[in-house]
Amino acid sequence: MKPQVWRRAGVSLLLVLGLALPLVVSNGYYQQVIVLAYIWAIATYGMNIILGYTGLLSLGQAGFFGVGAYTAALLMLKLNWNFWPALLAALVVSLVLGYLVAIVSLRTRGHYFAIFTMAVGVILNLVIDRWNGLTNGEVGLVGVPGPGSIGPVSLDSDLGKYYVVYVFLVVAVWIAWSLRHSLPGRALLAIRNSEDLAEAIGTPVMRFKRLAFVLSTAFAGVAGALFAGYMGYLGPDVTSINMTFNMLLYLLIGGIGSIAGPLLGALIVSFLTQFLQIFQDYQMLIFGPVLVLLIIFFPGGLASVPRLIRRRRARDHAAAVAMAEAAAIEGSGSAKEGA
Amino acid sequence: MLNVEGLTKQFGGLKAVDDVSFHVEPNTITAIIGPNGAGKSTLFNLIAGALPPTAGRIEFEGRDVTHAPAHEMARLGIARTFQTTHLFEEDTVLDNVIIGHRLRTRSGLWDAVVRSRRHRAEERECRERAYEALRFVGIESLADMPVRLISQEAKKRAAIALGLATQPKLLLLDEIAGGLNPEETQRVMGLIRKLVEHGYTVCFVEHKMHMVMSLADRIIVLHHGRKIAEGTPDEVRRNPDVIEAYLGGAAHAAGE
Ligand SMILES: Nc1ncnc2c1ncn2[C@@H]1O[C@H](COP(=O)(O)OP(=O)(O)OP(=O)(O)O)[C@@H](O)[C@H]1O
Ligand SMILES: [Mg+2]
Repeated sequence: MKPQVWRRAGVSLLLVLGLALPLVVSNGYYQQVIVLAYIWAIATYGMNIILGYTGLLSLGQAGFFGVGAYTAALLMLKLNWNFWPALLAALVVSLVLGYLVAIVSLRTRGHYFAIFTMAVGVILNLVIDRWNGLTNGEVGLVGVPGPGSIGPVSLDSDLGKYYVVYVFLVVAVWIAWSLRHSLPGRALLAIRNSEDLAEAIGTPVMRFKRLAFVLSTAFAGVAGALFAGYMGYLGPDVTSINMTFNMLLYLLIGGIGSIAGPLLGALIVSFLTQFLQIFQDYQMLIFGPVLVLLIIFFPGGLASVPRLIRRRRARDHAAAVAMAEAAAIEGSGSAKEGA
Repeated sequence: MLNVEGLTKQFGGLKAVDDVSFHVEPNTITAIIGPNGAGKSTLFNLIAGALPPTAGRIEFEGRDVTHAPAHEMARLGIARTFQTTHLFEEDTVLDNVIIGHRLRTRSGLWDAVVRSRRHRAEERECRERAYEALRFVGIESLADMPVRLISQEAKKRAAIALGLATQPKLLLLDEIAGGLNPEETQRVMGLIRKLVEHGYTVCFVEHKMHMVMSLADRIIVLHHGRKIAEGTPDEVRRNPDVIEAYLGGAAHAAGE
């Protein structure tokens, strides 16, 4: 009862904080850093579903980000679509393409799956980079419209765009949270733990893997469309494999499989990189060791810190566990023993 | 209840299971024994649908299930434990077992995201089934303990509880007493008797002869993938083929 009240209070506080943030941080530059971190966090939530929940290292994420971004941008620029239907189309296209890739890629396992999906990501990036006629190649697309306005409220201002992205972030976190604590989500975790056991207790493993994969690409596609609408221009660089590795980094720092991990990781890494820019050429020299230290001290990511504390407490209880166990098993399981 | 006919599994040149046939009657205990590498686990994998057979036929409750995948077999009522428990060590016992009843639910992604009434009801039901199963195997009080903290015996019980949560009719237990001391083995034997008393049917693979001899209604002996004997414990004990091929030294050990 009580922890639930605390959690609800904490979540409400965070929500309000998110709403108030652009009013407090009025510096446009920092606002942009935050919004971009949100957008990448959304894509990373997708990666968390396939990697963190289901245990499959899918490395095509930036490719699907690009599919969403270019689908939305091209529909708006070439066919004069509005932002919202274009975003919906980006969702559908990344979902359908994700499904097709899932059917093939999920036949492979382990490293082969990672390599296969990475190849898919590279191919998507190459297509976007080279198909000059459609994507304008390296030059990219400019003048991509924003979300427009709802009635009298313009969403094209910095503040408006912030709230649009913020709402999508909240929805992404909500889906991540409710999936994590649901029966289908438990099925994904069971697959990560042991595919054989998951099958044996009646989980259609292939179907759930496909679901996780398609969710991950849909998150990436929506994030891409938001990126296009937010920035107003778009180049192939955001679809490169480096961006996939960035997302992996956010997950590592924030905590793979956790709810807060993707957002925490994206925000911290983004601000760290901004801060380290004053060191210019040396920034990687500092960034590297900081990363290593973080991973040494928090192997489960920053989101695992409360768990680490709780676990330390639990360890003291190990002896009590043994006692409880002895009593329990003696008591009931062996009732028929005398026979 | 279970009817296996001419079942064969070939791995490359090796016939791990070779033309094996047998029946399992409802509400009985069947033991499958044989030396290491005899094909016992492979036989379980075939019955549970984890591996497709090379040849032969499997019937469960009159239905041809030769080609049914593992998750379908679970739905039809076959639960299994693995030679090494595959539980998630970081999670609590309860969290490991809750998922067992999911196969009897219908909630999908949408129910989860909108927290539908159905999902809430089914989640509650899964929780209740999990507690029920933990109570049955005698570790309800360990529900909130992380699996990594509990004993080997408790882990085996948790693995059975997970199987029970799927609401099976037949349980396949692969070396459930492996790694347990004699006292723990005795208690797990008690649990297997309790399962049969409550209407379940049990097949188990085991190397511990005293356990096999005192629990089993029927014993099936595998050697190099072939069934070399079948019968009651007394019949198998006296079978010269068994003594020669396998039981020899072990039978003496069991008598002690
Ligand atoms: N997936 C597989 N691929 C190839 N060979 C396999 C596979 N699984 C089992 N085998 C082989 O099949 C034979 C039977 O193995 P199985 O695991 O069924 O034996 P077992 O009777 O369970 O032995 P143990 O008592 O040691 O558990 C062994 O020779 C094993 O190496
Ligand atoms: Mg075996």
